[in-house]
Amino acid sequence: MANNPFKQHTGIAAPLLENNIDTDQIIPSREMTSVSKTGLTGGLFAGQRYIKGRTLNPEFVLNQPDYAGATILISGQNFGCGSSREHAVWALKEYGFRAVIAESFGEIFYMNCIRNGILPISLSADTIKQLPREITIDLVAQRIGAIPFDINQADRTMLLKGLDAVALTLEHKSDIEAFLLKDKKQRPWIYS
Amino acid sequence: MAQTLFDKLWDMHRVKTLSSGEDLIAIDRVFLHERTGSVALRSMLDTGRKPLRPKHVFCTMDHIVSIKTERQKDDARMPKGQNFIQATRDASKEAGIELIDVLSPEQGIVHVISPEMGIVQPGMTLVCPDSHTCTQGALGAMAWGIGSTDAEHAMVTGTLRQRKPPQMRITIDGAFQSGVTAKDLALYIIAQFGASGGSRAAIEYAGSTIEAMSVEARLTLCNLAVEFAAFTAIIAPDAITADYLKGRQYSPKDWEGATAQWATLKSDKTASFDIEYHIKAEDVPPMVTWGTSPEDAVSIFGAVPHTEKESSRDYMGLTEGAAMESLTLGGAFIGSCTNSRISDLRAAAAILKGRHIDKNLRAICVPGSMAVRRQAEAEGLDIIFKEAGFEWGAAGCAMCFYAGGDTFAPGTRVISSTNRNFKGRQGPNVRTHLASPAIVAASAIAGRICAPSELEKGGSNGQ
Ligand code: SF4
Repeated sequence: MANNPFKQHTGIAAPLLENNIDTDQIIPSREMTSVSKTGLTGGLFAGQRYIKGRTLNPEFVLNQPDYAGATILISGQNFGCGSSREHAVWALKEYGFRAVIAESFGEIFYMNCIRNGILPISLSADTIKQLPREITIDLVAQRIGAIPFDINQADRTMLLKGLDAVALTLEHKSDIEAFLLKDKKQRPWIYS
Repeated sequence: MAQTLFDKLWDMHRVKTLSSGEDLIAIDRVFLHERTGSVALRSMLDTGRKPLRPKHVFCTMDHIVSIKTERQKDDARMPKGQNFIQATRDASKEAGIELIDVLSPEQGIVHVISPEMGIVQPGMTLVCPDSHTCTQGALGAMAWGIGSTDAEHAMVTGTLRQRKPPQMRITIDGAFQSGVTAKDLALYIIAQFGASGGSRAAIEYAGSTIEAMSVEARLTLCNLAVEFAAFTAIIAPDAITADYLKGRQYSPKDWEGATAQWATLKSDKTASFDIEYHIKAEDVPPMVTWGTSPEDAVSIFGAVPHTEKESSRDYMGLTEGAAMESLTLGGAFIGSCTNSRISDLRAAAAILKGRHIDKNLRAICVPGSMAVRRQAEAEGLDIIFKEAGFEWGAAGCAMCFYAGGDTFAPGTRVISSTNRNFKGRQGPNVRTHLASPAIVAASAIAGRICAPSELEKGGSNGQ
């Protein structure tokens, strides 16, 4: 499905500066109780966000008044590693996050962000430490304030236009069919 | 130009290069499970789309199904779990794909049954919305984990948009010390190079150690590639691979044609990799993890190291310098797509035979598939497990992850044959130590982390 295009975004950036925050932490499996992409936001970071049932944990960054309404998340290395659950991205999106800035990302999590219109940005640890509380991300210019960032151009286009990858790929349907016909001759056992 | 095995598979499946710079890669098989696959199926059907080749899409029920021996078709081990089971059943039917349902004799964990049924084969591309899909690279396939949206994409278009990852080769030569397994090697590699050490690369495992390994051991090794931040792992198919696949349900009918092609699937002698590592098998000790990342692994004869990861050490309730073998356990688990195959169960049973687990400990064994369970029962292994005090489950992911419902009590220290020791992975505040099935078995007997070799020295505990 198509996403909201991402061009510029200004928002509060909440720091969760640990390494290896895995998707089990972003949304624990026990919080994934519905067979849908929505209704997940209550489970976001449930292990740290709550104490004793559903009481908000005042220590947790998203519960602090300074970071209420945060739309950008900042983290360390390998953010979103672990389980492939796209629910991690759906929950972040539903909570209101538009971008995640980290030193590096789990591979599947990264692609899941692109597919859902969330911008993942990799920056060095030093640059991340210097980011102010409120930042403006400009994907057109590839800058956060004055800081430039790199992003793969295919991913950038998907986000800028809010494209649906399936619809885009279906434009190549005749090439796919031709490929399959040829492949079937070479590897018939794959198709039987 | 000399090519790696991965280059060859990539080229063989490249439909075209898109103007975006991505390649459109043909996907031979899609595997789904009820936890993440159900959403992909539902979302696909709701947008009026359907699979391009439904016969090449498979779905199993493994993540949240009950593991009780007497389970019924809708029994789940988490609250509201039956919704997932029912939704998966309905959507699979509507999409016209093969569902390996809860009570099917083939049911089991996706990465156990896909090889077992001969669905994954050398030279194939196979994707699944599950991060441990890299396991299946052990058969010489290009197999990797994706999200639900990409699973939809793969089903509908028969392709994925993919950037070619960098390539790494890890060559392991020589023989293991006695008691060391593929699991120990996997943990050793991650500890050595770090949880990000795989650098998003496609890793080829090669060398004489790998060539001597059974398919089951190779599956265990490749299973942990994602814990190493690899794109995936792959092992060149050989006679061991072909022997393993021969006569399985979905193995190629055109056996001659297929095996002739498989013989070409290896890296050229002069092919180059972006990163190369070499490991001597004899350097690998029996390993166990102390922290909350698989990289936090040490020799079982070692101690809790000095660390800056205090929150990890505190979560695990450990003090620096404590001997790993001094840690008292409350739980033991043998199962998961890492170590739940027949060879794993045999290794554990060999240690459990004639012994009994520590009285303060809950121990559970859950075979990876119903076929493994039947085989184990035919060999009498179930009796050994039960007489030793283990619970004996029906196939599924079980205690590998906490879905809500039954697990170990908060704070319990558990030795586990699984692949993730993340905080809360096996349950709220459960403390997971990863190890091989043999170490899990020996530790369950001793009531503390314990190397099998030590148990042999001390004899049985005589119950
Ligand atoms: S056994 Fe564990 S790691 Fe493997 S597929 Fe199931 S939940 Fe995932």
